[in-house]
Amino acid sequence: MKSLTSIALAALAMAASPAGAAETIKVGAVLAVTGPASFLGAPEARTLQLLAEELNAKGGIGGRKIQLVIKDTAASSEKAVSFAKQLIEEEKVFAIIGPSTSGETMAIKNLAEESKTLLLSCAAAEVIVNPVARWVFKTPQKDSDAVIRIFQQMKKMGLSRAGVVTSNTGFGKAGKEQLEKLAPGHGIRIVVSEVYDKAATDLTAEVTKLKAAGVDAVINWSIEPAQSIVIKNARQIGFKVPIFQSHGFGNIGYVKAAGAAAEGVVFPAGRLLVADVLPDTHPQKAVLLAYKKDYEARYKEDVSTFGGHAYDAFLILTKAIQQVGPDREKVRTAIENMKGLVGTAGVFNFSATDHNGLGLDAFEMLTVKDGRFVPLGS
Amino acid sequence: MLSGLLLQYLVAGLTYGTIYAAVAIGFNIIYNTTGIINFAQGEFVMLGGMIAVSLNGLLPLPAAVLAAVAVTMAVGALIEMTFIRWLSRPSVLRMIIITIGISILVREAALLLWGEKVRSLPYFTGSEISSLSLGGARFSPQVLWALGTCAVVVVLLNAFFKITMLGRRMRACAQNRDAAALCGISTRNMITLSFVLSAGIGALAGCVVCPITYTQYGMGAGLAIKGFTVAILGGLGNSMAAVGAGFVLGILESLSIWVLPTAYKDAISVSILLGILFLRPSGLFGGREASRLAGP
Repeated sequence: MKSLTSIALAALAMAASPAGAAETIKVGAVLAVTGPASFLGAPEARTLQLLAEELNAKGGIGGRKIQLVIKDTAASSEKAVSFAKQLIEEEKVFAIIGPSTSGETMAIKNLAEESKTLLLSCAAAEVIVNPVARWVFKTPQKDSDAVIRIFQQMKKMGLSRAGVVTSNTGFGKAGKEQLEKLAPGHGIRIVVSEVYDKAATDLTAEVTKLKAAGVDAVINWSIEPAQSIVIKNARQIGFKVPIFQSHGFGNIGYVKAAGAAAEGVVFPAGRLLVADVLPDTHPQKAVLLAYKKDYEARYKEDVSTFGGHAYDAFLILTKAIQQVGPDREKVRTAIENMKGLVGTAGVFNFSATDHNGLGLDAFEMLTVKDGRFVPLGS
Repeated sequence: MLSGLLLQYLVAGLTYGTIYAAVAIGFNIIYNTTGIINFAQGEFVMLGGMIAVSLNGLLPLPAAVLAAVAVTMAVGALIEMTFIRWLSRPSVLRMIIITIGISILVREAALLLWGEKVRSLPYFTGSEISSLSLGGARFSPQVLWALGTCAVVVVLLNAFFKITMLGRRMRACAQNRDAAALCGISTRNMITLSFVLSAGIGALAGCVVCPITYTQYGMGAGLAIKGFTVAILGGLGNSMAAVGAGFVLGILESLSIWVLPTAYKDAISVSILLGILFLRPSGLFGGREASRLAGP
């Protein structure tokens, strides 16, 4: 566990004026930088550092610099709660970005509501914004939309008997609920639905169970590296049905971990992963390419959709502050009124009843070809 | 169809069991010499995998694995000499707390050194999708590598402890340190040697299971719990029994998945551990020190 305040220090050093500290806008971030969800939290933290530095180099917002206070939860809900309390009560932050995972977000949702602190979650589960909480927003696409896109794709491919495996995390649990709830309406039968440990080391017996159930497609819902083990083990036991992944597969690291077994895996994701091949007229292309270029030049690693969620959260927050100044209630209303904001996950259209602002079209169906993400059918 | 399915579950169980046994063997060596459980054993496994992955780009794979084993052995020696060697007559409880502290230290150091990313070695034979077939059951060739490594290590270790003078000296230390010292055995050197050996075996295990399980800085704790369960199940100090117990636990877990929801898999292993500790507080073949570990 480490707390990354280097940016805060850098910001102070750059300000180099005695009054600098008093004039900064403090933004907290509660992210799973290490631990089992580090594929999410680490790129999120790096993205926030990058964006804060860029914004501060340009003079901040109306002369006021952003001071980031990043806390690493290692994907523990208990730590998320205590860090959120610390940020709200001691640091008195203006807003909190994160947490990275759905379980952690649900754990601190009430804290944000009670203290009237803006929370911009980078986690996917729909329960975060449905029912709507006044102070809680989220930037990733809804898991229910991901489920619908997968079911539509299955129908297109003539598949109807699904075997579902989910990890034992908030993300996995929320995905399992959505899959089971939406399947009947889309003519999909979930033949078997199993849960595996997020820190599993081998899952051969689990995939054997799916194979024995005679399913014609596997839906694997997780955000941890164990999801790559599922893919590998399925292919190793000679189980050749199409494998669908959740939008939690959007880090090329998972493809590398599964190696040759990842070929042909299909999953819904934001367009960041295929920014290069989008038509030039696509509204998101410029934003996506700029983020990809900056991130990859700075950190020498491939960009991931998860970092993109932090990018969108930072963008939404700073845009709103630019519009109405650093007043919590006004910023909250400004976000609710935001329309047509182009982010990495899609084009956001918020409202008082929609604190996610993204629709089905924010997803693109992707597949893995020669170890890279490509749009399905290309 | 049914027998083919049973075979597939058995093969899956063997895979789990091999991973657990590979970790459990390391526990036994230090227990054999010092009578304590080294809770940093999982970290040796992690270090072996991590170092091999880092060196794999620079050296051919076999050389990278050997180098990783050698480096981890050096780390094991360093840890023992820094934290344990100078203690005069440490109690079992104190040693346990020290080894837990070491495990946290190594884990955090690995996080600083390698970051949070998940890494893996290439499959020793074939790739992620290659599989061997045995009577309808299919499995990755890497399982054979892990199984073979376990077998060779157990045979060599047994020979070492039973036949060689050095191995006998190490066992003498475990039985009665004072008597061993009176016989002219340098008990401190023997303890250092046991850390070196178990670090080496842990690292080797870390390398052979790495393509299957991946390696991440925090993987040690989870592996250590399973390895500890297996070591207790087999009887502390007995490497051959640890492998047998690993298979028993792995196959039980695997078969439990056949009939129960998979979410209960880990509950099975914890129930087995608790059951053994209740019914046989000293472990199946363990001594008194082991029962002190287990509880009142």
